[in-house]
Amino acid sequence: MNHTLTIMRRELASYFATPVAYVFIIIFLVLAGWFTFYIGGFYERGQADLAPFFSYLPWLYLFLIPAISMRLWAEERRSGTVELLLTLPVTMFEAVLGKFLAAWLFTGIALALTFPLWLTVNYLGEPDNGAILAGYVGSFLLAGGFLAIGACVSAATRNQVVAFILTVVICFLFLLSGHPGVLAGFSAWAPDILVSAIASLSFLTHFDAISKGVIDLRDIVYFALVIGFFLVANAIILDLRKAE
Amino acid sequence: MIETEALTKSYGSLTAVDNLTFTVTAGQVLGFLGPNGAGKSTTMKMLAGFLTPSSGKASICGFDVEAEPVEAKKRIGYLPEGAPAYGEMTPAGFLEFVADIRELEGPHRAQRLDEVIQRLHLDRVLHQPIETLSKGYKRRVGLAQAILHDPRVLILDEPTDGLDPNQKHEVRGLIREMAADKIIVVSTHILEEVHAVCNRAIIIAGGRILADDTPAALEARSPRHRAIRLALPEPVRAAAAEAVGQIDGVASVEQQDDGLVVVPAGDAVILPEIGRVALSQGWDVSELQVQTGQLDEVFRQITTSDATGVRA
Repeated sequence: MNHTLTIMRRELASYFATPVAYVFIIIFLVLAGWFTFYIGGFYERGQADLAPFFSYLPWLYLFLIPAISMRLWAEERRSGTVELLLTLPVTMFEAVLGKFLAAWLFTGIALALTFPLWLTVNYLGEPDNGAILAGYVGSFLLAGGFLAIGACVSAATRNQVVAFILTVVICFLFLLSGHPGVLAGFSAWAPDILVSAIASLSFLTHFDAISKGVIDLRDIVYFALVIGFFLVANAIILDLRKAE
Repeated sequence: MIETEALTKSYGSLTAVDNLTFTVTAGQVLGFLGPNGAGKSTTMKMLAGFLTPSSGKASICGFDVEAEPVEAKKRIGYLPEGAPAYGEMTPAGFLEFVADIRELEGPHRAQRLDEVIQRLHLDRVLHQPIETLSKGYKRRVGLAQAILHDPRVLILDEPTDGLDPNQKHEVRGLIREMAADKIIVVSTHILEEVHAVCNRAIIIAGGRILADDTPAALEARSPRHRAIRLALPEPVRAAAAEAVGQIDGVASVEQQDDGLVVVPAGDAVILPEIGRVALSQGWDVSELQVQTGQLDEVFRQITTSDATGVRA
């Protein structure tokens, strides 16, 4: 576990040693504000909640999270440091988990920096802060799911552009499978059980459930399983492809 | 001790390392020689635990690299080819990171960090991002990282590649200093390096061991081993060539730009007789040299003629 934390600290420090971290955080905050206030109609709705923010966040993550995850392993493989890291006395899983946690913590920091939105609704009205907290928990879990997918894809290629595009596509499918329009297309011909299976695979279904303010253990287990699955896949793919 | 048994790595139909069996004991500095693509790096990557062998075994100080990889890795200092390092980190930060992972603590940690920084002269660049350093400094950061925990086993993949002559000299000195109580495996394609640091050399090509001997014994395989070179002025050269050709035990005489090279047959001792002839004929010999045989000649001979897979 100590090794995981050491690797996480090194990785997190490396984000802030380059402009990557600052560029990401600034763009994330600007877009989050823009979606919330203009696209989401924050003022026009006249409601003291962060629903506009949370409903656009998955789509914002869809493009920004792959930009973080694409370099996770692709960069290590391109520069050859993966050989260094994996010949230090650490296990494969410590390395995979350490790098993932660094990226997750980083998106957590970016997410936490949206606190002015929370201050704003509290200034303007009396929001349900429990629901907002649930929304933040859901957002953090969603970021973890996207990142786990991205890390896994990043291990499969040394080209960061390929990693970015593939991650966007896979994450898009995971999001979309819960979209009402898509589900309607399926429900026309597929048995109900398949439709609900597809819906329950979706990030959106579980994220919406949490961000409505109900933290159900099943939704948390879902995200934990997705993250766990993709991290294991990440370790396996890395083990197979690290030498190429 | 490093032990390998029928170590093999194949990629699809390509066999990069084919049935390597060897043992390296403490005090040995093993030079791994071979043409590009011979399987040197692949072998070292398997020893260091980066690549998984397709079949066969390797162990480091008794720990199997597949069954107990972390224990094996604790005992190894490894410099990968090209000395990769995290470019955005400074040497200080990078070495601290490695010290954390290697679990160095307390005064011992400070002392080891100090020592490698001194030894590899990193103090001047300690707080500069590694990506801004020269190739020589990058290599030294890589070496510092490899020896930081004072490992029993050192595996260095082309440690002097890209260094200038002074830096090469220093790194070789460092390797020799550490040689006494460690097991060191060095790969190189600079043959003079084998002479400078190794007391054992393995020549591999096509993934197989073609020769395994001391550098001196390898040199003795050269047909030119103990050949005698005489520097002679032009006028007497032809006559001299004929005269030494008559001497018992001379296999051949070659004329060169500035003299002759007399190659003995087998172990024949020809120097005294050549000396006597030269003296009695009154040749104006300006240089007389016994050649030790060139390692690169032996290397070429072994890797080209035996590349079909015959083991020496």
